[in-house]
Amino acid sequence: MSEALVFRFDVDGEDFTSAGQASVIVKRNLRQLGIDSEIIRRVSIAMYEGEINMVIHAGGGVAEVRVDEECIEIVLEDHGPGIKDIDKAMQEGYSTAPDEIRSLGFGAGMGLPNMKRHTDSLEIFSTVGVGTKIVMKVYNKVAS
Amino acid sequence: MKISTMQELLEAKVLCCEENLGKHVYSACGCDLMSDVLAYVKDQAVLLTGLINSQVIRTAVMMDMLCIVFVRSKEPSEEMLTLARESGIVVMTTEKRLYEACGLLYSNGLVGKTVKRT
Repeated sequence: MSEALVFRFDVDGEDFTSAGQASVIVKRNLRQLGIDSEIIRRVSIAMYEGEINMVIHAGGGVAEVRVDEECIEIVLEDHGPGIKDIDKAMQEGYSTAPDEIRSLGFGAGMGLPNMKRHTDSLEIFSTVGVGTKIVMKVYNKVAS
Repeated sequence: MKISTMQELLEAKVLCCEENLGKHVYSACGCDLMSDVLAYVKDQAVLLTGLINSQVIRTAVMMDMLCIVFVRSKEPSEEMLTLARESGIVVMTTEKRLYEACGLLYSNGLVGKTVKRT
């Protein structure tokens, strides 16, 4: 894997049922690349939570996963309402998701904390009214 | 515990991936909140749930689970079963309620696992 591989997806914000499709494909691709299974799981969970968040809060967006020998980088970008208070959003149990999302098994305020827990770094760039960009990295143990 | 033993204990109907009934599982979790499954569960091969939508299957895929049991006779859609088949996940449905289904598996040796959060 001398050059970085990039996977790019448009995440449909209209349909909660299809949320997570990109994460399933990324997981499959990483497995085909022979990446360590624990690393795949961390990447998958973090990306899946991010994808769900984009659908719940931002009406969809773009997900890009970049894989090189050193690390796997997940970039999620949307043009949603932005995050008003990032510190609060990082607290477990804090959620602004509507009730109907809770009845679907999500919106418990675990998304961002869970993304942080499963990645080596998480950066959030958000402007209210403009959108949010999240950059997550998981370092590839095998290469280090 | 073999997945086939779970099926017998729960008197469950298998809906897909019968070929994997011979696989062994060592722990399970019962939960309707997928956020919690993603946050607290590790190395658990079975998800018992009363929630029924495509995200249940995708959550199980993300967590590398081997089997999903829908309780209270809930039946997943064909679309959900197709998703499960792609990952070889056994899906079954039982008439039992979540509490009883978990209790039956637990008392027969399939204990859960306390997970330390990192």
